[in-house]
Amino acid sequence: MADTRTIEIEVLRYNPEKDLEPHFQSFQVPFTHDTSVLQGLQYIKDRLDGSLTFRWSCRMAICGSCGKMVNGRPELSCHTFLRDYFPGKVRIEPLNHFPVLRDLVIDQTDFFEAKLPSIKPYLQPKEEKPLSEGTYLQTPKQLQDYYQYSQCINCLLCYAACPQYGLKQEFTGPAALALLHRYNADSRDRGWNERAELLNAEKGVWGCTLVGYCSEVCPKHVDPAHAINQNKVNSTMDYFGLRKLLMPRGGT
Amino acid sequence: MAQVRAYVRPMAGWWRRNPYFVRYMIREGSSVFLAIYAVILLAGLFRLAQGPAAWDAWRAALASPVSLVFHWLALLTVGYHAYTWWKVAPKTAPDLRWGNRPLPELVITAGGWAATIGASVLVYVLVRWL
Amino acid sequence: MKRSHEPIFWSLFGAGGVLSALVAPVLIFITGIIAPIGVWMPHEALDYPRVLGFAQHWFGKLLILAVISLFLFHAVHRIYHGLHDLGVHAGTGAMIAAYGSALAGTLITAYLLIAVGFG
Repeated sequence: MADTRTIEIEVLRYNPEKDLEPHFQSFQVPFTHDTSVLQGLQYIKDRLDGSLTFRWSCRMAICGSCGKMVNGRPELSCHTFLRDYFPGKVRIEPLNHFPVLRDLVIDQTDFFEAKLPSIKPYLQPKEEKPLSEGTYLQTPKQLQDYYQYSQCINCLLCYAACPQYGLKQEFTGPAALALLHRYNADSRDRGWNERAELLNAEKGVWGCTLVGYCSEVCPKHVDPAHAINQNKVNSTMDYFGLRKLLMPRGGT
Repeated sequence: MAQVRAYVRPMAGWWRRNPYFVRYMIREGSSVFLAIYAVILLAGLFRLAQGPAAWDAWRAALASPVSLVFHWLALLTVGYHAYTWWKVAPKTAPDLRWGNRPLPELVITAGGWAATIGASVLVYVLVRWL
Repeated sequence: MKRSHEPIFWSLFGAGGVLSALVAPVLIFITGIIAPIGVWMPHEALDYPRVLGFAQHWFGKLLILAVISLFLFHAVHRIYHGLHDLGVHAGTGAMIAAYGSALAGTLITAYLLIAVGFG
């Protein structure tokens, strides 16, 4: 094809069975106008070095699997295009702030097994509603109150972006705290008190210093910085005993 | 999973690796200039309490080259603080709406900058003429 | 899980942040640049009797106390958390030093505002 060009892709390699430390390896990869960074990685694996290991799935920015650092910025590799880096080189590394298991694969267990369950990511209604009573009803405005925060695809770009998570793993982090807000803001939920202990703790909202990079990199525009910092106000009101006074639904 | 020797990358120098973080550190660093300025004002109050000669000595010190350089730097960094403060202020507010439509964050931000300009003009006028 | 006491310090930080965002640039400009040089601000504007009169007035005292105290609380909060960003493990000692110095500055200011007298 006449419009095929070649770009250098520099990938971080790490084999835990052989390497003490990661190192970079460069490849020359052909690309056209619509070749994504992910497709570049797939070309390397298919044609140049079958040992290159990386996560991916849907190729359309909805599964959250393919997050990588591309030239120092957290990106979904299926959602980022080689044409935008040419003629410079593309440096691909595993998402920051997570342990590297192999090549571009990170250990995600802290998020999926610790952070996510800790915020109680399920509706806690006032009473169990029997099926015979039908579905919950919600107005468009009630949906709007939490919809944005429900769009998270758990891609972990925000954790790679958050220096506070990088400096202290105990911090619950952007996506989990945004999801916490998603449930508190849902009209069907009455779980504020259940989630308050975590929210009000140092590892809750108070671990955040509003760097704001999480919201910058989020591919779904969830705006976790907004979710967290709104709740600094809520946590402060709760601290001074004002929350029950001022909040609707009696503070839940 | 089976025991894997996972590699943990060091955080040292993290903020130097991304322009976004450099700007964040400048924003945070503006507080050093603000703190020193507050102490300068406190020193001025102390000299004021000591009488006219002491007060005039404080004023004279402010005209020194070191002081002028400091205050220019302070103006730049604290100005950057003010700029970023209003830029992030909407993040602490709940989702805003005008009727049914979401209100852009720029409304709060622009309001903040307008308040700063207004307050600045007011302070200048009061100091100059009141 | 311990409830964080950050709300106290964050509230002071926020109040100082708003006040400094509003008036710190112009105050720095006036007291630190144009008044000392004498450009756009006559030398007499910061003369002793005028400033003393301001400091003796109850409203002047309120403004001076708010500016010095809140600027200090805002700054020490950022500096304290900034140490963590720089990789310095700042413990309880650093916290006491930071907020303690802001408190000390506040108390000294209050004392001096009484010392200058009442108009």
